[in-house]
Amino acid sequence: MTQNPTELKRTPLHALHLLLGAKMVPFAGYDMPVQYPMGVLREHLHTRAHAGLFDVSHMGQVVLRPRADMAALEAGLEALMPVAVSGLGIGRQRYGLFTNDTGGVLDDLMFANRGDHILMVVNAACKEADIAHLQTHLADVAEVLPVTDRALLALQGPQAEAALARLAPETRAMRFMDVITTMTEFGALWVSRSGYTGEDGFEISVPEMHAEGFARALLEIESVAPIGLGARDSLRLEAGLCLYGHDMAPEITPVQAGLAWAIQKSRRSGGAREGGFPGAAQILAELAEGPACIRVGLRPDGRAPMREGTPLWDAPEQGTVRGAVTSGGFGPSVKAPIAMGYVPPACATPGTQVWGELRGKRLPVTVCELPFRPSTYKR
Amino acid sequence: MRYTEEHEWLRIEGDVVVVGITEHAAEQLGDVVFVELPEIEAQVAKGDEVCVIESVKAASDILAPVDGEIVEVNEALVDNPSLVNEDPQGDAWFFKMKLDDLSVLDEFMTEDEYKDFLG
Repeated sequence: MTQNPTELKRTPLHALHLLLGAKMVPFAGYDMPVQYPMGVLREHLHTRAHAGLFDVSHMGQVVLRPRADMAALEAGLEALMPVAVSGLGIGRQRYGLFTNDTGGVLDDLMFANRGDHILMVVNAACKEADIAHLQTHLADVAEVLPVTDRALLALQGPQAEAALARLAPETRAMRFMDVITTMTEFGALWVSRSGYTGEDGFEISVPEMHAEGFARALLEIESVAPIGLGARDSLRLEAGLCLYGHDMAPEITPVQAGLAWAIQKSRRSGGAREGGFPGAAQILAELAEGPACIRVGLRPDGRAPMREGTPLWDAPEQGTVRGAVTSGGFGPSVKAPIAMGYVPPACATPGTQVWGELRGKRLPVTVCELPFRPSTYKR
Repeated sequence: MRYTEEHEWLRIEGDVVVVGITEHAAEQLGDVVFVELPEIEAQVAKGDEVCVIESVKAASDILAPVDGEIVEVNEALVDNPSLVNEDPQGDAWFFKMKLDDLSVLDEFMTEDEYKDFLG
């Protein structure tokens, strides 16, 4: 997919990326920084050791404002997701997924209870479809309001808390998945303590007019460096997190994707609000009987990275293709190639040997637990 | 030193030619994390894929610039792929080839021509 750069959308930080020497690439219709002069490897390691600042303004921020009451909105959302929406405390965020009628994943997202409305953050590539989906199905219970005047930044890593606290002191007391609004010299920030790297950190929604000033103020702090999409991908892969369109797709159910933890007891068979979401029959059956294939971690025994699409065989010769890699590359903190992919349950036990076919050769790969690196969320 | 349009450099050492990738190529690739080298004594034809380079971003190949025999490979790259980023036009040579006729190298770009090629 090639796109004329002039047709690409720009985030409020576009000029700053260029000033910082970023290499820009088209991503989900936006001209985005894939790396800065530091390079992917060092950006990755910097985030794990200090703090990394990511521009994620291409993602969709959506406010859902109830027409009558929150309860009707929550029920409306529960009809779209196999996730408990009702019961989420004010100021708390939860991971959610839109499913289709066959139980596949349309998108994954974060949603937060903001007291009088719900704030949702969805994937960039899916945001138009998600907004249409919400408008179609929630028309009676909520106004669906895309947020178009705010940038979204992520600050991730062990020094994220100290760095953000300098500009927004109230964020220090937050725990993982808390959401607050805090007034600063950069306007009202909507801050959640979450991210996509496996590190402690924050996602911060900032008014467009203050976005560059806020980013510059963070980058002036010694521990903070700008990080591109390249390192964002290797960080999330080490953290065992799915990338929509790769590890997660309309043909893959949440149970297959190893996301059964996101389906609360209340939505499962025997729960108070059992089923009632698209694909419920398939998903509840898979929860009871187990899925036909499941996402696993993969460690190539050698040093060659195995990328998306690498076929996984059950034998070094002859045998059968049992699955494929859906995300793969090199893990800078793990210091080895790592991958995720789908295999049948018979091959999914950690320690199982499979073979990835690379350039006509089958190379041994060991199935392993996810994540590759434990998360350091501040719970 | 001669240069190919595939961003390889070729340096003549006696009757062999040493092959590596240019600084420009190394920068484009990004951090190199894996290198696969050809077999010594392999007979290769111009355009054959003889090495695999994987960076944090993607896989790419090094093509044999001419017909010949691989006589030596740089094992140091296997243990330390980042050498490709640190010293692409020096220590990070990939392989040495023996040619029947070194004059075939004349068709490749000189340093000035390569600079023009990069624009």
